[in-house]
Amino acid sequence: MWIRKKHSWDIPESEVTDYKVYLNRRQFINGAAGLAAASAMPLSFAAKAPTGESFDNLGKSSFSTDEKLTTYESITTYNNFYEFGTDKESPSALAADFPDRSEPWIVTIDGECDKPGKYDYNELIQAQSLEERIYRLRCVEGWSMVIPWVGFPLAELLKQAQPNSKAKFVEFTTLYDPEQMPGQRRRVLNWPYLEGLRIDEAIHPLTLLAVGLYGREMPGQNGAPIRLVVPWKYGFKSIKSIVRIRFVEEMPLTAWVQANAGEYGFYSNVNPDVNHPRWSQRRERRIGEFLKRETLMFNGYGEEVAALYNGMDLKRYF
Amino acid sequence: MRKHVAGLKILVFSISLLPLFWLSYALISDQLGANPIEAITRDTGVWALRFIMVTLFISPLRKLTGINEFIRFRRMLGLFAFFYASLHMLLYLGLDQFFDLHEIWLDIVKRPFITIGFISFILLIPLTITSTDKMIKRLGGRRWKKLHYLIYLIVVLSCVHFYMLVKQDKTEPLIYLLIAILLLGFRVFSQRRRHQVAGS
Repeated sequence: MWIRKKHSWDIPESEVTDYKVYLNRRQFINGAAGLAAASAMPLSFAAKAPTGESFDNLGKSSFSTDEKLTTYESITTYNNFYEFGTDKESPSALAADFPDRSEPWIVTIDGECDKPGKYDYNELIQAQSLEERIYRLRCVEGWSMVIPWVGFPLAELLKQAQPNSKAKFVEFTTLYDPEQMPGQRRRVLNWPYLEGLRIDEAIHPLTLLAVGLYGREMPGQNGAPIRLVVPWKYGFKSIKSIVRIRFVEEMPLTAWVQANAGEYGFYSNVNPDVNHPRWSQRRERRIGEFLKRETLMFNGYGEEVAALYNGMDLKRYF
Repeated sequence: MRKHVAGLKILVFSISLLPLFWLSYALISDQLGANPIEAITRDTGVWALRFIMVTLFISPLRKLTGINEFIRFRRMLGLFAFFYASLHMLLYLGLDQFFDLHEIWLDIVKRPFITIGFISFILLIPLTITSTDKMIKRLGGRRWKKLHYLIYLIVVLSCVHFYMLVKQDKTEPLIYLLIAILLLGFRVFSQRRRHQVAGS
């Protein structure tokens, strides 16, 4: 018998928004889009219905939160994706057709492993059993969302490559293609975007390779076609549009550490006690809510991940 | 231009209110995106900075065109700068910090960009208070002028505040800073020339 463990981050039943609203989301969203079109309000951003192919037979996950979902519209119009511009609106305006789905998307896995390889995106998602994971996402800028991702554990892919004993870290690289990604024409960051995880973080069951959200394939602005989701770390760790995954011995020099090592650390675990010079990390504004809420250690996933950092001074290794 | 000043004042006043109307409309009709509070806080701040800069444009404009009447719009534009700065401040105090004095104090002490923004706002207050004809008379033209040199410090501090709060892409604040430097440079340049003329 499966007994569901009550986690510290679980929200009491009384606070849960009606799940039926979520189950009927397509209907709801379609309705909203119809209404918006009908009302023909000038200049208004009509609630866009999810486009892209939908995934069938998604598994459910006990890691999912049942907090109220952030709307599809907010998730897909309020994005930090500097490859498409540095403001929040540019990615949704410029990445609608990204990537060119007629071209194959290849993810290379190499470095310290016995079975390096190149994986075609379509074959990859055929081979993996996809599930829905509803995670909180906390941005370092002090806002958060609740997002129903579609994906599979990164560990599933990593173990196929059979990392060797030198594989201490995993380094991830975003596509570099200024033709498709106009934001890369300016050197705002040291392109291509680079991220990294310690190997034990990478194979943690919460760490997800996401290929979609709200039951459909990933919109361009959210990091199509395949991205990382590490829910206990600040959002910038969850690298988008991945083309390379490499096992390495040394700690990768990530894009944001290169940009400003004093403000962004390699670990970047959500931590209300570590101050950032620009944003207090003690509270956050959940997108769609008026009042701020307290930020939780490890974004509320402490029960699952705190053991990874036993004995580490998290103020030093921020 | 002189006889049109009164009418033009109404025009300038109305134009200066447009950002407020636009922001209110956008807020009500849900056009400020997923994080509207962040958007209005940012936008009112940018408008405050723009109005501060516009007041600094008046003198050069007057000198370059020889039309002295431009000066008659400066007080109003300065008061609009204070108006948008106050909105910016209120939004921060109310909707970002919910008037939690302890949190606000921590923010001022711990976050340099808040410290600088706060100082910049505080410095605007004496300029606003002494903007009336009565106050100019009471202070005397010379002292009043000296006090209002503070605006040079304010414009630089405001640009630095903007620069520091931007995460990575500093282009926009740098453009404002460049304009501020040009405006200040113009004054240094014309001051020097005046000295040279006087000396020769």
